[in-house]
Amino acid sequence: MTEIATIQNSFDVYAIREQFPILNREVKGKRLVYFDNAATSQKPQIVIDALSNYYSNHNANIHRGIHTLAEEATAAFEKTRDTAQQFIHAATREQIIFTRGTTEGINLVAYTWGRQNIKAGDEIMISTMEHHSNIVPWQVLCEEKNAILKIIPISDDGELLMDDFERLLSPKTKLVSIVHVSNSLGTVNPVERIIDAAHKVGAVVMVDGAQSTVHLDIDVQKMDCDFFAFSAHKLYGPTGVGVLYGKKDLLESMPVFQGGGEMIKEVTFEKTTFNDLPYKFEAGTPNIADTVAFKSALDFVSRTGKSKIRAHENELLQYATSQLEQIPGLKIIGKAKEKTSLVSFIIDKTHPQDIGILLDNRGIAVRTGHHCTQPLMNRFGIPGTVRASFSLYNTKEEIDELIIGLQKAVKMLA
Amino acid sequence: MEKTIIEKETEIVEEFSLFDSWDDKYEYIIDLGKKLQPLEEQYKKDENRVRGCQSTVWLVADEKDGKIFFKAESDAVIVKGLISLLIRVLSGHTADEIINAKLDFIQKIGMTTHLAQTRSNGLLSMVKQMKNYALAYKIKNSTTV
Repeated sequence: MTEIATIQNSFDVYAIREQFPILNREVKGKRLVYFDNAATSQKPQIVIDALSNYYSNHNANIHRGIHTLAEEATAAFEKTRDTAQQFIHAATREQIIFTRGTTEGINLVAYTWGRQNIKAGDEIMISTMEHHSNIVPWQVLCEEKNAILKIIPISDDGELLMDDFERLLSPKTKLVSIVHVSNSLGTVNPVERIIDAAHKVGAVVMVDGAQSTVHLDIDVQKMDCDFFAFSAHKLYGPTGVGVLYGKKDLLESMPVFQGGGEMIKEVTFEKTTFNDLPYKFEAGTPNIADTVAFKSALDFVSRTGKSKIRAHENELLQYATSQLEQIPGLKIIGKAKEKTSLVSFIIDKTHPQDIGILLDNRGIAVRTGHHCTQPLMNRFGIPGTVRASFSLYNTKEEIDELIIGLQKAVKMLA
Repeated sequence: MEKTIIEKETEIVEEFSLFDSWDDKYEYIIDLGKKLQPLEEQYKKDENRVRGCQSTVWLVADEKDGKIFFKAESDAVIVKGLISLLIRVLSGHTADEIINAKLDFIQKIGMTTHLAQTRSNGLLSMVKQMKNYALAYKIKNSTTV
């Protein structure tokens, strides 16, 4: 069944849905409508099966065992590295470092490259629309090093003010760490232009790809970013796995992040020599099972086809936007020209939390609050939004249910 | 004679048993929220904010003749309705009664899921804060005697 669905030429959302068992469940007596995909996506059966298969048939600790299971587990684990490399078009597999997720990837760079290269008076640049994960590590670093955090402002539509960005750039700028797609607004940032401009002043650029990797084609070489981090769980994969990509010379020059097993070459009490890339940054037993299953998620996306997924999601975005705009008092936060499939909004005289509770009561899962982007919410002068984020398995009928749910909620709250 | 906390809880559970659907329950909670006495502006300051809520909740307590009285407000109406229920149950009781209240009614009216969730509607934070006020008054009274 799943094979047929994926070899079909056209995008059949109903066939896709059949591959996601959770979509059949009921919430509060209604069929689940899952619109919290920007927080985490649901998992297709093949990913669930891969996890179960790994534990049922291949489980062993990786890399050092000489027995059959250890070899199988190592091969499966390393295969995911190859698939991830192809997925983001990295030049070599050594540039794919497995992490717990995007947050750990950013922290790894802050703690290693950052501590080695950032000096007093240096400037690190982020934007107003960053997730706390791409704010706090740099704040901590700046405080420690007496460096300065500069913020790229945004427009009322939720787009970066590129002129201001270019004005803020100077030889003092040592790092620009920028979100590729905003988790609160859906804005797709012009990362290539940012990277190009930052490189001209000699700055290194880190791209937070947590939200973008599931929606957009990622080619880290073409993008020319120095670091790129993303998470498996927003990409139909398991939680607790992520990837940090880095340019080879940078990764090689960086000090180690954590010490332990696997990351060493030789240990004596006098001195430890460190392993080569990528193992140098993968201390301890990694999250083997979830990493192995992550490959199935990447394969699922590649087989389905990112351009088809994008087209479907874009249709949902356009439809949802036009339907939502008809609700009196509803204001969409984030109207960038280039967006991924999410809509953040507020409704006059209602609190996002009330809307969220009443939608949940109809089986509709949305996210409400500040979405871990408090400075962004402050920029718009709001405490939070309701965010509906769409995925490849969502349908227009589900959006209709959202609209009905919202109309009803507004009526109840008025 | 004043009703006990348990008696008031039982009353609420009975009221909620009349509703057939969650919609009706929420309609009622929203109605309670809208009717909650607004908090005077002077109390809406940072020190009175309940931490751990997605919405902004202010909670103040006052003591009169050995009994504690609560006043609260929120910018979210369902939260206000839930606070209103908590105030109805806990206001006007002694510190010990409040500290020892089990508040089983929350589960019985089906709001447990909210309690279990971290920071969702902040019900747990509000209960904690109310009990903290009671504890503070208890300590204050025992040291001044």
